[in-house]
Amino acid sequence: MTIPNISFGPFDLVAVAPYVALGLMLATVLLAVPVLTWFERVTLGLIHDRLGPNRVGPRGLLQPIADGIKLFFKEDILPSNVDRRIFYLAPAISMMPPLVAAALIPLGDFRVDMGGGQTRPLTLVAADINVGILWVLGLASLQVYGLILGGWSSNNKYSLLGALRSSAQAISYELALSLGVLMAVLMSHSMSLVQIVQSQTGGIMHWNILGLFPFGLVAAGVYAIAAVAETNRAPFDLPEAESELVAGYQTEYSSMKFAIFFMSEYAAVVIGSCVAVVLWLGGWDPIHPVLGFIPGPLWFAGKVLLLIFAFVWVRSTLPRFRYDQLMRFGWMRLLPVALVALMLAAAMSAYRTDPSAGSRIPPKPEKPKPLMGGTQSL
Amino acid sequence: MSFAVPTEHYLLLSAVLFCIGVAGVATKRNPIVVFMCIEIMLNAANLGFVALGRHFGDVGGQIYTMLIIAVAAGEVAIGLAIIVSLFRTRETIDLDEADLLKL
Amino acid sequence: MRPGVLIFWLLAVPMVACALLVITSRNPLRSALFLVAHMLLLAGMFLSLSAQYVAAVQVVVYAGAIMVLFVFVIMLLNLGGAQKMDAAGLGWALGIAMSLGLAALFVGTGVWKSGLHAGKATAKTLAQGGTAQAVGFALFDPELPWLFPFEVASIVLLMAAVGAIVLAKRKL
Repeated sequence: MTIPNISFGPFDLVAVAPYVALGLMLATVLLAVPVLTWFERVTLGLIHDRLGPNRVGPRGLLQPIADGIKLFFKEDILPSNVDRRIFYLAPAISMMPPLVAAALIPLGDFRVDMGGGQTRPLTLVAADINVGILWVLGLASLQVYGLILGGWSSNNKYSLLGALRSSAQAISYELALSLGVLMAVLMSHSMSLVQIVQSQTGGIMHWNILGLFPFGLVAAGVYAIAAVAETNRAPFDLPEAESELVAGYQTEYSSMKFAIFFMSEYAAVVIGSCVAVVLWLGGWDPIHPVLGFIPGPLWFAGKVLLLIFAFVWVRSTLPRFRYDQLMRFGWMRLLPVALVALMLAAAMSAYRTDPSAGSRIPPKPEKPKPLMGGTQSL
Repeated sequence: MSFAVPTEHYLLLSAVLFCIGVAGVATKRNPIVVFMCIEIMLNAANLGFVALGRHFGDVGGQIYTMLIIAVAAGEVAIGLAIIVSLFRTRETIDLDEADLLKL
Repeated sequence: MRPGVLIFWLLAVPMVACALLVITSRNPLRSALFLVAHMLLLAGMFLSLSAQYVAAVQVVVYAGAIMVLFVFVIMLLNLGGAQKMDAAGLGWALGIAMSLGLAALFVGTGVWKSGLHAGKATAKTLAQGGTAQAVGFALFDPELPWLFPFEVASIVLLMAAVGAIVLAKRKL
């Protein structure tokens, strides 16, 4: 899609694009909470065959604002005998990783009309780094600190149990998550999120979810299950299982500190869905090239919304796992399936890659002279 | 080719961190903290490897670092398992108390 | 001041401070948190050395996995309360003396700049030396000596996994 090169004062569109992308993603992640709480309640109401929010504003649209005001004006309780600094730090730490990861998500691909019949490509992304997907994995694994520290510093047995569960769960499901991501890297031959999307251009048949059939489907399934477990959403919401642990790691939190934990969960859901769309569903790529007249970012947003709906759908459908079931499922089912699928997918990829037919693997770089071997010494 | 920050700076920083790690290992009696100090020392070595790898334009420094990270991961898994089983049998993990060469 | 130098000092000073706080904190959980901060700053340092892949691995493995394991064990054994577990007077002084002696050895002999003639780095090795492709191609190149250590590392990891299970499981 070609767009004119609008100028903003001394800067043109190409210079401004990363900041536009960053602003869009940050706004999405931060505004996700009010929008998603409303969306989740309405969807849950529909699925449970009840009304859902309908008191505040038309169709309950102002309900999130009422919730926000309530949380904001509640008393901020500091329990006695808590480690105060860590208690205050924990919500902030849990909010940090999704916000940082937002900078890595690519939103769209354009061609900018530079004038004089010349165009140049422009990707709407704040930071396209060479090992982007690894950074996303690293940030996902940092998110567990917020939960652990919140639970530990509260000085409450339910909080501590919730924190222990959450850390064990996060460590266990991170492996499956990484293996799922690795299969996408295997199919796209790149770790840069932008290149992963670009390798899937050309409609639904080129998307990774159908790549290396059926291993793309398996990998996407593994990723989806592990992502639900990583974000502590039902049916894997054991760290905050209200029937067993009051509210788990956030039992002692009140007012805005509680709200920030709440925000970080939804932010993680949004980022998890964005990464899933990038890895498996072709990012901004339209479902068929014929529909290319619809701008890429709209496709991206639509796919993300679809996945968030799936999150809510799963929550309203499946009962919560028991803790030992969760662990056994993670280690004895999900991980072996992911490992075997990864091996078979690698074999299939190697079999299909024909070196003479122009593979997508970049050519081998010029080799630096080895330092080992006695000719030179350190 | 000259760098904005010369390699010597990185090596000196690495030496300082290594010495801090040594001090921690020698003065602490909580095996978990001792472990953390060993991690500081390993990280100091990693910094030296990567800095020298950049200096000589060789990827080898980075590969060394990755091997060290892998070994450190294995070492932590074993070490923490030992600490947990030590705690189970003795109710304390003070290193001065663990002097029987058995659990 | 050139931006690279500024970044170096902005990373180096907090790194040393975090390392010192790790060994001076009374509370093991505080130590662990400062160590996480130290690891993240070190990842930043690797980035400034244009080693993107190693920086990402540092965050994923060290900050994301190893330190979570540390925090997990500290919570499991509930050692969070301030327990005094430092060496007694003499041992403490001995430890500091050892560390200072080592520092004196490093500085006095100037060992950190021995053998550093001219760097062989070029703009090209700086730009491409740290990417995942470059590291991967070097790692699996049969003419370079890294393939065998890599395989050995995988065996070490397997042994560690088996050993940890044998040690920690009450009955097999």
